[in-house]
Amino acid sequence: MAMRLELRLERSRKLEVLVPIISVLLSLVVVALLLLSTGTNPLTAYGAMLKEAFGTSYGFTEVLVKATPLILCGLGVMLAFKMLFWNIGAEGQLHMGAWGATAVVMTGWDGSPWLMIPAMMLGGFTAGALWALIPAYLKVKLNTNEIITTLLLNYVAILWVAHFIYGPWKDPVSFGFPMTKQFPDGAQLLRFGDTRVHLGFLFALVIAVALYFLQEKSRWGFEIAVTGSNPRAAEYAGMNAGRNVLLVMLISGGLAGLAGMVEVSGIQLKLLKDISPHAAPYGYTAIIIAWLARRNPWGVVLVSILMGGLYVGGETVQITMKLPVNIVLIIQALILFFVLGGDILSRYRLVFDRKEALGGG
Amino acid sequence: MVAILQAAVRSGTPILFVCIGEIYAERSGILNVGLEGLMLVGAIAGFTAGYSAGNPVVGVFAAAVAGALFSLIHAYVTITLRADQIVSGLTLTILGTGISGFFGKPMIGQVGPGFDQVAIPGLSKIPILGQVLFQQDAMVYLSFVLVPIAWWVMYKTHLGLAIRSVGENPATADSLGVSVAKVRYGCVLFGGAMAGLGGAYLSLAYTTMWIEQMSGGRGWITLALVIFAAWNPGRAMLGAYLFGGADALQLRIQAVGLDIPTYFLMMLPYVLTIAILVLASRASLRRRIGAPAALGLPYAREER
Repeated sequence: MAMRLELRLERSRKLEVLVPIISVLLSLVVVALLLLSTGTNPLTAYGAMLKEAFGTSYGFTEVLVKATPLILCGLGVMLAFKMLFWNIGAEGQLHMGAWGATAVVMTGWDGSPWLMIPAMMLGGFTAGALWALIPAYLKVKLNTNEIITTLLLNYVAILWVAHFIYGPWKDPVSFGFPMTKQFPDGAQLLRFGDTRVHLGFLFALVIAVALYFLQEKSRWGFEIAVTGSNPRAAEYAGMNAGRNVLLVMLISGGLAGLAGMVEVSGIQLKLLKDISPHAAPYGYTAIIIAWLARRNPWGVVLVSILMGGLYVGGETVQITMKLPVNIVLIIQALILFFVLGGDILSRYRLVFDRKEALGGG
Repeated sequence: MVAILQAAVRSGTPILFVCIGEIYAERSGILNVGLEGLMLVGAIAGFTAGYSAGNPVVGVFAAAVAGALFSLIHAYVTITLRADQIVSGLTLTILGTGISGFFGKPMIGQVGPGFDQVAIPGLSKIPILGQVLFQQDAMVYLSFVLVPIAWWVMYKTHLGLAIRSVGENPATADSLGVSVAKVRYGCVLFGGAMAGLGGAYLSLAYTTMWIEQMSGGRGWITLALVIFAAWNPGRAMLGAYLFGGADALQLRIQAVGLDIPTYFLMMLPYVLTIAILVLASRASLRRRIGAPAALGLPYAREER
């Protein structure tokens, strides 16, 4: 008996919702097997992760802290994906954004937050946007593969930041640690109460709303969607695809840059090496988020908060149960693989044949 | 100078292995951007097996098998389920990074067995070339054998013709009785095994230890190298040593202590790769340089 896939006439809505849920469960089962192989009780581990991330108020505020850069990067990546531009460079754009925001502080200016914070946001946005325009320009002018260029520029950006914190910007009294001096008060984002949740979270939500309207209600959003789904039709309709790629990447990189800005200004309060978690960098997680969110801004917010929970839970079991923190990456990747595999079911119907398909089948 | 060339060959060898495999996968129409993850899986599998057995040869076999098995995920998702090749490959990289970190944790700080440099009698006496090419480790010599074989199979055999036709026009290949799925599975698995070897080179020859994320972007550099090589295994060899040269040069300048900041030097391989990619793209704008026509497209018989 052979199995065959038959194109559905209509995509199944029910499956589009069910697939991600089942995918999360399946990936947890696979990781449970992995944990068992190392002699860890998976239920204890999952229980601890869930309780820490969503069961305590402190844990949940930390989830929002992690979700903030994820939402910003995720929105940026999503916008690029919508145009079928594979921006895998959010990690580098985030690093450049953190650098650009820090550059404003490094001028020695110590003013009121009402001026400094917008200036730092502009610095972060611009640096991230310029970094993203390099691969966009190369793609538009020379048709250079953007997956490779955006990715390689990540390594360059990380080394660029390293150069400054080990060199010209290094705090002379940091006891040899590669980091800048702590930012002055005016350069620090307001935090809510005694949590680490900062104004950046609100910025991220506002931008999600703005992108929703841009995407769904504006003519330009329509152009992006058409260019992404049917480049040829867009061309016939007289849309300038090259200009749109540049504009989309300007925003995409700018948002990732803003994520870098809110991290240094809201959380780290200085520029240091680990702007983004080494084991599961925000810029790479954003790719998974954009895909899982079905390229929808609300979806990005929701999935980012869930992923934030995975980070907080992952850190907990790393400390309390001595589990490698890489487990976060494994769960993320498995969810995406199951979604990829499951999506086929919403596009195709499984048909079982009695015999091998005959002839042209 | 000779020392830099010798180091260029050493540095280029891991990406040469990966490149040969990816050329086969892409020639059959399947793009695999998961090379970085495959290399990491190969590096940790090779190191763990070599360390346990006390023998690097065991490690090399384990790395190839692990790479092939791991790439099976990509093959299944993209060929059987016809999912997006780019997303699947990216996910493979993320999964490979996670898995290698997870299983590699106990291996951090261990020193394993490795391949020493062995001079080939006679050949190593040739001036300059002898030292550059024939005072190397066993895996470099393995690559010397693999490249011509890969070239010969691709251009001179029936199998190579089948692979190329599947990548150019799967529908025609199918109607001529070539099993598109089988050819593609074979090529992706071969690509995975070769990426595993590339990873093993890092943990068993280039160094003799496991370092988290030790592939350091080489998987992505390989993707650019495939384009530079115009999907030809012979040209891949030249390209690999060119890319390796950038790496070797960067380390050498650092050692000499010239007045160029270290981190700018470390950018060199990545920036050079982008520059070469741009040049290759310009060339391909002027004349098409042989990207397989069906690269990246899933094949379904009923949609023919």
